[in-house]
Amino acid sequence: MSLNPNLKKILVIGSGPIVIGQAAEFDYSGTQAVKSLIEEGMEVVLVNSNPATIMTDKETAHKVYIEPLTKEFLLKIIHKEKPDGLLPTLGGQTALNLAVKLEEEGHLKRLGVQLLGCRVDTIQKAEDRKLFKDLMIEIGEPVPQSCIVTTVEEALSFADKIGFPLIVRPAFTLGGTGGGIALKRDELITTTTSGISASPIGQCLIERSIAGFKEIEYEVIRDSNDNCIIVCNMENIDPVGVHTGDSIVVAPSQTLSDKEYQILRSSALKIIRSLKIEGGCNVQYAMDPHSFQYYVIEVNPRVSRSSALASKATGYPIAKIAAKIALGLTLDEILNPITKKTYACFEPALDYVVSKIPRWPFDKFVTANRRLGTQMKATGEVMALGRTMEESLLKAIRSLEVGLYHIELPSLVGKSREEMIDKILKQDDERLFAIAEAMRIGVSAQEINQLTKIDMFFLSKIDRIIAMEKRLVTLEKNPEVVRDAKRMGFSDHYLARLWKVKEAEVYDWRKKHGITPVYKMVDSCAGEFESSTPYYYSTYEREDEVLESSKKKVVVLGSGPIRIGQGIEFDYATVHAIDAIRSMGYEAIVINNNPETVSTDFNISDRLYFEPLTVEDVFNVIEREKPVGVIVQFGGQTAINLAEPLALRGVKILGTSVDDIDRSENRKRFEEVLRGLDIAQPLGCTVTSMNEAVEKSAHLGFPVIVRPSYVLGGRAMEIVYNELELLDYMKRNVQVNPEHPVLIDRYMIGREMEVDAICDGETVFIPGIMEHIEKAGVHSGDSIAVYPPQTVGQDILDKLSATTLSITSALNIKGLLNLQFVISGGQVFVIEVNPRSSRTVPFLSKVTGVQMAKIATRAILGESLIQQGFFHGTLPPKDFVAVKAPVFSFAKLSDVEIALGPEMKSTGEVMGKDKVFEKALHKAFVAAGVIIPDSGTILATISDQDKDEALSLFKRFHQIGFDFIATEGTAKLIREAGISVRTIARIGQSENDIIKEIKSGRVAMIINTISKGKNVESDGFKMRRIAVERGLLCLTSLDTTEALLKTIERNTYTMEPLS
Amino acid sequence: MKKIKLVLETGEEFLGESIGYDIDNIYSLGELVFNTSMTGYQEILSDPSYCDQMVVMTYPLIGNYGVNKDDFESLTPALKGLIVRECPEEGSNWRNEYSLRELLKRFKIPGIAGLDTRELTKKIRNNGVVRAVLVPENYPLHNIQLVLSRPMGTDQIARVSTKNPIHFPGSGKRIILMDFGYKKNILRSLMVRDCDVVVVPWNASLEAIQSYRPQGVLLSNGPGNPKDIPEVLPVIRELQKLYPMFSICMGHQLFALANGADTEKLKFGHRGANHPVKDLRLGKVFMSSQNHGYSVTNQSVANSELEITQININDKTVEGLSHKTLPAFSVQYHPEACPGPEDTGWLFDEFLSGIRN
Repeated sequence: MSLNPNLKKILVIGSGPIVIGQAAEFDYSGTQAVKSLIEEGMEVVLVNSNPATIMTDKETAHKVYIEPLTKEFLLKIIHKEKPDGLLPTLGGQTALNLAVKLEEEGHLKRLGVQLLGCRVDTIQKAEDRKLFKDLMIEIGEPVPQSCIVTTVEEALSFADKIGFPLIVRPAFTLGGTGGGIALKRDELITTTTSGISASPIGQCLIERSIAGFKEIEYEVIRDSNDNCIIVCNMENIDPVGVHTGDSIVVAPSQTLSDKEYQILRSSALKIIRSLKIEGGCNVQYAMDPHSFQYYVIEVNPRVSRSSALASKATGYPIAKIAAKIALGLTLDEILNPITKKTYACFEPALDYVVSKIPRWPFDKFVTANRRLGTQMKATGEVMALGRTMEESLLKAIRSLEVGLYHIELPSLVGKSREEMIDKILKQDDERLFAIAEAMRIGVSAQEINQLTKIDMFFLSKIDRIIAMEKRLVTLEKNPEVVRDAKRMGFSDHYLARLWKVKEAEVYDWRKKHGITPVYKMVDSCAGEFESSTPYYYSTYEREDEVLESSKKKVVVLGSGPIRIGQGIEFDYATVHAIDAIRSMGYEAIVINNNPETVSTDFNISDRLYFEPLTVEDVFNVIEREKPVGVIVQFGGQTAINLAEPLALRGVKILGTSVDDIDRSENRKRFEEVLRGLDIAQPLGCTVTSMNEAVEKSAHLGFPVIVRPSYVLGGRAMEIVYNELELLDYMKRNVQVNPEHPVLIDRYMIGREMEVDAICDGETVFIPGIMEHIEKAGVHSGDSIAVYPPQTVGQDILDKLSATTLSITSALNIKGLLNLQFVISGGQVFVIEVNPRSSRTVPFLSKVTGVQMAKIATRAILGESLIQQGFFHGTLPPKDFVAVKAPVFSFAKLSDVEIALGPEMKSTGEVMGKDKVFEKALHKAFVAAGVIIPDSGTILATISDQDKDEALSLFKRFHQIGFDFIATEGTAKLIREAGISVRTIARIGQSENDIIKEIKSGRVAMIINTISKGKNVESDGFKMRRIAVERGLLCLTSLDTTEALLKTIERNTYTMEPLS
Repeated sequence: MKKIKLVLETGEEFLGESIGYDIDNIYSLGELVFNTSMTGYQEILSDPSYCDQMVVMTYPLIGNYGVNKDDFESLTPALKGLIVRECPEEGSNWRNEYSLRELLKRFKIPGIAGLDTRELTKKIRNNGVVRAVLVPENYPLHNIQLVLSRPMGTDQIARVSTKNPIHFPGSGKRIILMDFGYKKNILRSLMVRDCDVVVVPWNASLEAIQSYRPQGVLLSNGPGNPKDIPEVLPVIRELQKLYPMFSICMGHQLFALANGADTEKLKFGHRGANHPVKDLRLGKVFMSSQNHGYSVTNQSVANSELEITQININDKTVEGLSHKTLPAFSVQYHPEACPGPEDTGWLFDEFLSGIRN
């Protein structure tokens, strides 16, 4: 076979915004696939709504559209571009669903576009529970007993037949949204109800639960000639019952004998052949730990999070190969990009152990239900490689950046046996730590195996870690024991704590005893063939394999796992920095641990070190590579936080100096800077005791914003309205003492503005200014940002520019600086600066055409902005409007408050761009998945202080064809304004209460502002949750509401009778 | 924990922990090879083809699922040593009977763990297969040199082959399995297809074989150099005229030699479960399980009675041969799998379907 001659121009669909269950892995696979298509001479048109991706850089494809991923917008693009083929298998479920829609409605046939990579009937067979089950039965592959239901009654009658436990899986949902395990009748009723409502086709699969079985995945590739290979298999440490996205996963499988391995391998090949997939596919199995019995759980007929993980785990680039296969090439024609000598038609052999641990958002969502089940909750993940299971696991733990350097959670230390067992049974994100702690207090591995069904293999490894802890105590500072401990992945941080010394002293001691790591290569073939992949991991072995190079090198630190507050935007900047470093003639070395991202594609940099981002691990690489310096400003707060400790070890930090970083982050020093420049900032103070907090807040005047010092993404930040709330906050969130001061600022209500600037040490260049739609008080990451600003005058913009120029100069910034302002009373106040790349850098880079991270990197490496063709000042705004809107994953996380506040909650973002503001905004809403009603009933419940503002909006809504249902106070307000309204009872006050109303399906959207202050009424909370779970639009900010109203007004008609 | 060391004939030493048979006063000498399979260590170490070899497993964790009753490929492992990065004390699997360490002790196989197996693998890859010796930590150097200077034997096949014919009754076709060191799964692969199998010693005479009135002949895998047993070539030449013949691995090499082709020693062989083989007639690629140090040379086939039917995608070596006129064919790899992929099990069906009832 060879290239299909009918294909010249290919349309690739991306996966849209980052949400739980669909994250950065699709930027990696999409980017890789597009490059791969271009390599084969294709003209590529790309559509994605997510501006924070490398994929949507205009250099990635021949044409890049950042447009909403809906059928309507895609059809416009298809008409305009006339592609020959459409490749939807690299953009996750989003792209696949769109392709199905386009094909089913006949558009592709009508427009002469060939669907590549898979067929619609394949997608349906894999995704539709019933068709899938029928196919499995037809080809003789075992599936658990199950039944497709569309009503709760059907589910119950199935339960009557086969008994419990049962598992509920809604059809066509992201990451299993709405599903779960039911152990008894009432649980089955609730889960089925939510499952049916979550499924777009109102369908659920109810099946016999095989919880406790081993969960195994196979990544398979097939080409048009029916050649099939397995890229990798993976074993979940957490048995069936925890979503694979929330499971700790190892590769390759560890506890399967060859017989079992081959049984599943043969089954996976049979399945991909029967589905006739041309490309990548993921098959998930449940394997009985006590027999050869297995069940097929699920098939994803596309690249997935697992395939990204498998690609990084093996070095075999699945998406790249899948894209070539989609064009008609076969596996034996495609060169293995790692060895460049062998072919893509082989199965990688690993000679290391890979561990993946999910990163959960529970540090942000403290109220969330942390129990892990069939609904994925993690926002990101880390991967680590080691030559032992223990090393791989411990490296993964410290890659998580949750303040842990060992398999030990301080909050669990000292708990009783019963408490530990309870904790283990909770099956939450901390289970791994609970297991270790239980073992420390003498609970046996066998007992834990009984409780959790986690295989003894894994438990015995944890047991060995605990035994090593004891050895380290008994044989203190014994070089041989320490060497063994390092081979098991123990960190210097752990040893430092044990020896009660500074971490640097452990390092010195190790060095003295010759206990230093070597770096091994990831080569996909276990050393069998020579290869020169510059993809390394550290381990404590004899031979080091790093290829020597005489070129000057620069290290860039990545940003680690995707989490709320530190998303894909930082990977974007990291990749740009790498490009710039290489273009300046240096070798770019990247250190990162996130398997989902573009920056950890070994083709992107000159050298990739897959390592935890801790001082120890980063410094080891620096010692080995001896770079001219390290760039820390693109990897988010993760990398910035490493600047000082690295500098203390003598590492040269390139860009803004460590002292200047401190001048911008240390509140006192920053205040001095501003005072020196005569720039205003909201009044604030630092307090170190409870009394001081009360006293100073009263002086500042409530409301105030309170937060602990040095935080990321507004964590634990709150607005408090009185002394009572202040005390409550202090008790709940912080331990205030001289070492951990708390910051208190006057809360200024006003328009928030954001600026990103680049400076080479002299010239300061501002590519653009953005305006936030929501007022200060909503975290900037959760507000809608507009470029260029629409509501402030030139005088304010000039003031913003001038202030930015002077602060940037005063801080001696070399590289990027992000500034946030609030405009109040015509005055500009600085509320925050970040001496690093920010969340808005990709957005601003794309809309202004100024590739900020690249320019900043070149400036850091010595090429002045003037030399690069820029100037001191602000770039004039473009003649279009671009809107960046946040996207939330609330539906995945039960018990999480959806009302916006100073704590960031969004997981991703989209961009809408058009000639006028309202159209751009409309696109952004659509891209964010908001279903915008153009008439209907609004359910309103408004807090007292918002009532005036709300009323004016209600009048406008009414004019264009909306009517109202409202709770008593709000109803009164509306009625008094002469608009008809139906009063609805609060929860529980009547049979026909607000909840019932929402469930009735009569409500088009909800507008609900919460009474200021943190006494969140449980009623409102419950109402908002129900809205989210039913996919109903629920606005909690009147600013967002007005923005939405503007777009509706623009697109609809006024309904006025003749007067 | 007892320390022992692995010494290569190049003089390099690797210190590690003894995980197998105690070698206090003795040594174990063998040819050092590596295998890249990530599972299947029990099948590998009981594969008679490893006679007189020491195997480095490239996957670092070996022994995870223990040892069971079912997965032996021969009754007595013939290899001289097992070299791994790490071997657990206990295995974890529902079929686990005892640990890998225990297996090594029972069958008197020395084993070493804790060394840098990737470094070792790369040495073999770069310098070719070397001889090596496993010795106690402070074994005298001149003794090691003495041991390493001794020539290797050439009698591996005779040592692993059955001494007497064994009959495995079945209701179907009678197949002679010529035992050069056969893996049990070749026998199983025939028996699940109802064959009546007679395993005969490697040096069985034509008359002895004929006396069983077979319907087909299968030449098995086995250890060492095919040129060590030239005496079987005339027998093979006669047998292929009389019966449909299928040959695997060593059998394939002997089949090639018997028909005028040649074999050569590869630098470091093919040992693993991920070798891509392309069938030239079908145009398809299969993953295969391989274990061979010698190979049929491509050019030599042109002047023989054979034609190449399959090649290795990576190094283009000969993977399959077919006789131009007789119903006889062969593969270099292991269609019986165990360990490794089951992609080519259909070859047994092809062989059997070529036999007239």
